[in-house]
Amino acid sequence: MVKKTKSLDEVTIRFAGDSGDGMQLTGTQFTNTSAIMGNDLSTLPDYPAEIRAPQGTLFGVSGFQIHFGSTEINTPGDQCDVLVAMNAAALKVNLRSLVDGGAIIVNTDGFNDKNLRLAGYESNPLADASLSKYQLFQVDITKLTALALADMNLPTKIVDRTKNFFALGMMYWMYNRSVDTTVEWIRSKFKSKPDIVEANTRVLKAGWSFAETTEIFNVRYDVKAASLPRGKYRNITGNTAVALGLVAAASKAKLDLFLGSYPITPASDILHELSMYKEFGVKTFQAEDEIAAITSAIGASFGGALAATTTSGPGVALKTEAIGLALMVELPLLIVNVQRGGPSTGLPTKTEQADLLQALYGRNGEAPVPVLAASTPSDCFNTVFEAARIALKFMTPVMVLSDGYLGNGSEPWLLPNVKDLPDISPKFRSDPNNYLPYLRDEATLSREWAIPGTPGLEHRIGGLEKQDKTGNVNYEPENHEKMVHLRAEKVERVANDIPPAKVEGDEKGDLLVVGWGGTYGAIRSAVEAKRAEGKSVSHLHLRYVNPLQKNVGELLYNFKHVLVPEINLGQLIKVLRSKYLVPAVGLNKIQGQPFKSSEIEEKIDAILGGK
Amino acid sequence: MSVLVEEVVSNSEPPAVKYTAKNFQSDQDVRWCPGCGDYSILAQVQRIMPELNVKRENTVFVSGIGCSSRFPYYMDTYGFHSIHGRATAIASGLKLARPELSVWVVTGDGDGLSIGGNHMIHLIRRNIDINVMMFNNQIYGLTKGQYSPTSEFGKVTKSTPMGSIDYPFNPASLALGASGTFVARTMDRDPKHLQQIIKRAAEHKGTSFVEIYQNCNVFNDGAFFTLTEKESRDENVVYLEHGKPLLFGKEKDKGIHLDGFTPTVVSLKGGKYSVNDLIIHDENNSTLAFILANMTYNHALPRPVGIFLSIERPTYESQMTRQIQVAIEKRGVGDLEKLLGSGDTWTI
Ligand code: SF4
Repeated sequence: MVKKTKSLDEVTIRFAGDSGDGMQLTGTQFTNTSAIMGNDLSTLPDYPAEIRAPQGTLFGVSGFQIHFGSTEINTPGDQCDVLVAMNAAALKVNLRSLVDGGAIIVNTDGFNDKNLRLAGYESNPLADASLSKYQLFQVDITKLTALALADMNLPTKIVDRTKNFFALGMMYWMYNRSVDTTVEWIRSKFKSKPDIVEANTRVLKAGWSFAETTEIFNVRYDVKAASLPRGKYRNITGNTAVALGLVAAASKAKLDLFLGSYPITPASDILHELSMYKEFGVKTFQAEDEIAAITSAIGASFGGALAATTTSGPGVALKTEAIGLALMVELPLLIVNVQRGGPSTGLPTKTEQADLLQALYGRNGEAPVPVLAASTPSDCFNTVFEAARIALKFMTPVMVLSDGYLGNGSEPWLLPNVKDLPDISPKFRSDPNNYLPYLRDEATLSREWAIPGTPGLEHRIGGLEKQDKTGNVNYEPENHEKMVHLRAEKVERVANDIPPAKVEGDEKGDLLVVGWGGTYGAIRSAVEAKRAEGKSVSHLHLRYVNPLQKNVGELLYNFKHVLVPEINLGQLIKVLRSKYLVPAVGLNKIQGQPFKSSEIEEKIDAILGGK
Repeated sequence: MSVLVEEVVSNSEPPAVKYTAKNFQSDQDVRWCPGCGDYSILAQVQRIMPELNVKRENTVFVSGIGCSSRFPYYMDTYGFHSIHGRATAIASGLKLARPELSVWVVTGDGDGLSIGGNHMIHLIRRNIDINVMMFNNQIYGLTKGQYSPTSEFGKVTKSTPMGSIDYPFNPASLALGASGTFVARTMDRDPKHLQQIIKRAAEHKGTSFVEIYQNCNVFNDGAFFTLTEKESRDENVVYLEHGKPLLFGKEKDKGIHLDGFTPTVVSLKGGKYSVNDLIIHDENNSTLAFILANMTYNHALPRPVGIFLSIERPTYESQMTRQIQVAIEKRGVGDLEKLLGSGDTWTI
């Protein structure tokens, strides 16, 4: 039979199964292969907080969505075109994200009576007409996998674990991609277990061949490479980008990197990643708790290291007092918050942007720190690097906001040229003459970094209020007021040291959509779509949340309306309204999920009316 | 050590000129209450520092919050007066970043065992080479007289008008339980002993935990007087000395005998027991250390003072350094360009 090949600009696939089914791995492999083929892409892993939730249950469903194309891809896709469902629960949970007319590929073995009952289906959706508006492909993946491995005499448990590769093989066929990258990955991943290499490879290829030969599938699709800027690329998640950004910053600062961290979802990968880079002199310290994580970093900073602590919102809550200490003793420090759904333990594996006010104000006393937010997975690299530059130059803790969506999501990253990264090395004080710990640089107001081991600079710092210049403990009313102003002014002066904000689209118009952090892709897609319709709408995305860039107010005043979409109840909007007195309106969603660009488009339409 | 750090710091050689105690006195006025036991500890530490042969600039005192935590201000070394309970964690980060420094923690029973108890036990188990001086006055002084985690059961304080119902920590047992490699106890009013113990603590490679009984003459005056004052101390304190029998009493006529696992007081008078029946102290024996530390709140027994345990175990920072060396041997010094371009890449 001759199979047809159709060309597509972009596709969104969602792999879904039990949390033990290896869906994250399947998705990641499909992503890497597509990246190497030159597609632009964006991914959204969506998994439960339980490591191995009971099999077949709705809350145990793990999903991975990838949106790839030959055009510019900014989001993981509002809805998926293809849903791969390994069992009934996976279908039930994910069906609502499938477009009408979309394709469903199911593992029929995952639809036995028990599966159906656990998923809450009264009748089998594969047998009744409930899926009639979709294209349904039924494959007994479990059985075909077992057949492919029949002669290997592997335990059933192992056989069962390879079935995700069958699904992956089918999808590789369907989207016309080679299995080679994954075969290579399997080989290096399971080096020491030849049986597993053989089994996984066989099943992967079996899936591919099955799709090729069976009559179930008669169309395959071609998604050509995107025309991305020239250069060398890799696919990168936000968490990896943070880790690399820290190593790069330490290298360009000519300092050793110290990371004090305590495992927390969704930030732990940064700790894992950095613990592998020992040949860079990176010291990772898995502390006994969040407080020791940051305070050990403060100790390392006192000693002259580029020090960082990585965590998520609940961890930041615990670190609060120590952040105050770092800003009081005016030592450089990076605090990375990979935000998750809150409050309290909240939604550990889901994304949210609700820690902005915590970052800005969540400390006792007048305690300002610069706050930067990354906008895409790869932007985490630049943001962390820039945060390090500011921390070192202004001798201050700097908060970096990422989120679960950015941290786990991925996109192609055009590798920066190491030579083009700026030198951000600080200058340690060495001259013992006339040294006072709290003398300040006239322009930046930062004090000097004098590290233990330097002869003649022995001095004491601490969390008690400091006397101006000498740094001695001081309780005088006028001194306290002066120091509060100096610390605030220092952070304000960061605004003198950063580039002006830039609008995407026209600098004047009817509507400015202002965002920060992980909403970048969704806002960009929405604004581009509306501009293509001729609407007067532009996009401003803020990396610097504190201090705001000097021209932000001016830009806001250039537009009739200001819309601020956020994955919270309206936090940036509070800041903008109070600082610039603009009648901004919010678009707020707090479901543990990123925005769909369609949601933002609808809001734009509502504000601009039919115009 | 990074290039920039190397440029400014001095080496780890001993100081060129011999220091005196004066070299360690900072220009700050000491502000403890008159008569406070902290004065004696400060004086003994300043006196012993020159003997340690470490350059002033390579010495760092880190503290938390509480009366004892003012200590770094009075030492003319590097110092960090931090936040409540966290000195041990700050010192850990500093020592890991700069293993060549001599790092000290000054803390109290509230700072080190209550709010900072968690960091304390983790520091001890990791065996980072930090010297911890825990001033135990069995009370909260700075907040004006509430009971602390070492206050005796039943103690009446501002926050326990009917008596404390908290059972106290025995700091030495706690440190041993956390796998401490150097655990000792000394007293503010025994300057010679205090100096000896501080010196031994400084020489120990690994975390040294020294509990120092310290009189808070304002809120808990005389808490240790039976142990420190002339009239009573000989009958109430047994000094632990390596290789020597546990003898005490004015006439050194009493000793500690081990009856099974239970230490008991025996009299050497009357011929029933001789010195040969007494426990011979062995600093390297961790089982014995537990038994001796457990004598602490037993009022039928004298209070053990001295070094309970001193054993060697690789320090955390030496192993951290080792892993970095191994990684460099295996993969070469890190190359940023290569790192960024690692994993699957493609070129457009
Ligand atoms: S309150 Fe007690 S411990 Fe504190 S300084 Fe006064 S006497 Fe010393």
